[in-house]
Amino acid sequence: MARIVLEKLAHSYSPRPAGESDFALKQIDMVWEQGGAYALLGPSGCGKTTLLNIISGLVMPTRGRVLFDTRDVTTLPTEARNIAQVFQFPVVYDTLTVAENLAFPLRNRRVARGTIKTRVTEIAHLLDLTAVLGRKARNLGADLKQKISLGRGLVRADVAAILFDEPLTVIDPHLKWRLRSTLKDIHRRLNTTMIYVTHDQTEALTFADKVVVMHDGYVVQAGTPEELFTRPTHTFVGHFIGSPGMNVMPCRIDGTTARLDGGTVALARAYPSLPQGARIELGVRPEFASVKPKGAGLPVRVRRVDDLGRVRIARVELMGIPIAATLPEGVDLGGEEAALVFDAAKVHVYADGHLVEGEAIGAAR
Amino acid sequence: MNKTENQQAWFLVLPVFALVAFSAVVPLLTVVNYSVQDTFGNNQFFWNGIGWYQELLDPASQLGERFFDALWRTLLFSAIILAIEIPLGIVIALAMPRQGIGVAISLVVMALPLLIPWNVVGTIWQIFARGDIGLFGYALNRIGIDYNYTQGILAAWFTIITMDVWHWTSLVALLCYAGLKSIPDAYYQAARIDGASRWAVFTTIQLPKMRRVLAIAVLLRFMDSFMIYTEPFVLTGGGPGNATTFLSIDLVKLALGQFDLGKAAAMSIVYTLIILAVCWVFWTVATSSEAERRPT
Repeated sequence: MARIVLEKLAHSYSPRPAGESDFALKQIDMVWEQGGAYALLGPSGCGKTTLLNIISGLVMPTRGRVLFDTRDVTTLPTEARNIAQVFQFPVVYDTLTVAENLAFPLRNRRVARGTIKTRVTEIAHLLDLTAVLGRKARNLGADLKQKISLGRGLVRADVAAILFDEPLTVIDPHLKWRLRSTLKDIHRRLNTTMIYVTHDQTEALTFADKVVVMHDGYVVQAGTPEELFTRPTHTFVGHFIGSPGMNVMPCRIDGTTARLDGGTVALARAYPSLPQGARIELGVRPEFASVKPKGAGLPVRVRRVDDLGRVRIARVELMGIPIAATLPEGVDLGGEEAALVFDAAKVHVYADGHLVEGEAIGAAR
Repeated sequence: MNKTENQQAWFLVLPVFALVAFSAVVPLLTVVNYSVQDTFGNNQFFWNGIGWYQELLDPASQLGERFFDALWRTLLFSAIILAIEIPLGIVIALAMPRQGIGVAISLVVMALPLLIPWNVVGTIWQIFARGDIGLFGYALNRIGIDYNYTQGILAAWFTIITMDVWHWTSLVALLCYAGLKSIPDAYYQAARIDGASRWAVFTTIQLPKMRRVLAIAVLLRFMDSFMIYTEPFVLTGGGPGNATTFLSIDLVKLALGQFDLGKAAAMSIVYTLIILAVCWVFWTVATSSEAERRPT
């Protein structure tokens, strides 16, 4: 049980990194609170596994420190760190039985036999493995094997954190849900810090209290699923989270009006201090954009309407820029020409990809 | 689903059948034919039934005694070879580098003995182990060990076994190395996280993952050592006395030295059957434990 602190951490796989581009993991500072459920979310190659391996000690960071509570563990090897890690592909010791697999980390640490037995029984019960305890691990299916890997992490009472590296990749979709809720359940019961790496937003958003989105070695945003959805601080987060992702349109800001190629959009806030020469963009989630029959609003051309069941998403074009927007229930567009309106309060302005905080309109005057 | 009936497909495998018939079946049947006949030369043959087999398998007869002596000798040789080469090969494979320039270098060095023709291996050791001009034999004699492989039985066995270990351990090591390389990194990482000792990593991860290649290595090394001919023939010629006369050498002596075609043919058949039987048993054991692996 511990609070994990990453201080000015950076990692490069080349022995003599020359510049920023050599770093697989750009400098980050972060605190993982004891008992939190975190997700590291990002596309393949964004540095999330590197970050995970640094925490577990499989990779030694080029720069910076890793602290468990106040103890500096940066140079400590994995086995001295009290970390459990579950890998993408289930790792089981083929020749051992399920019970022996679960006991393995304890036996290696010379835990008393009685304690081992209690712990194994307890964890097997928690993971629903009691029925297969006596069987050889190699004869089991992928989901059971992954549960064993997970169990080997949980069986040690003293782990500071359990790290998951895309643990559900090889699991059948219908079992994914079950295993994920098992994980959630275990997290609630054991109050252990869990860090979960994934590239699947659904997995991240349903598992974690706090999601850390990574892109290209940077941490672009860390926040609750709600924050990531309503206030993405980077256009990448907007794109990556949500389905379909956030619409991003180039524009110019003129007071409280955004000027786009096809028309203007009224803003709820003013942006008097935009950086000079930056690429200014407007970001609106499809959920906060709606299409109406021709009339007031941005003139758009409807290309297609996707019925997603709960909602209908209209794929429209504004002067050649593709935009996804909600088509409200009962509305019939009756032609290709339509009007696009935004929920002004949910429209964000980005400069070079980063969110710009607006000022309340009164203050700007 | 409709199965297509097309008997013409048989014609496609006909060339293979013909080839196998001429290269294996016909010669084998010739041997079977010889094994049930006796000859007094002049190309005249007489029916002898299972007479040769009876004599061969009766340890009290002269032929039987000779056969069983050679058989035990060969089995002992195979057992010693396996007992040395398999563990040694595993140890070498574990010690070989996994990355960097060392990989290429060690692979080339390991492959070298395997590239040398077998009778050249025999010649190399025949000279290398000589007491007068051979570096190995001379050195042994200089440090006070009485070593002469043409006279001492132990010395002869020692030389042949050392030669075989030198020649073939590489094969075992390379097979094991391939098996080790196929273990995903996650296993080693998980073992580190689980706090496993080096020995536990070996017994719980590396050895089980090497099972398949080890099965192949044992099978190959058993067959090869059980059929060994060229190297001891060049090195000792089966001597001193009959001390290193393995089955294959004995067979050649019988067939070509004494021209006892009937006895030699019967011996060939039994020899072949022994190898087939051992391989079959071995294979059955190896594949039956494989079947347990079936995922649920």
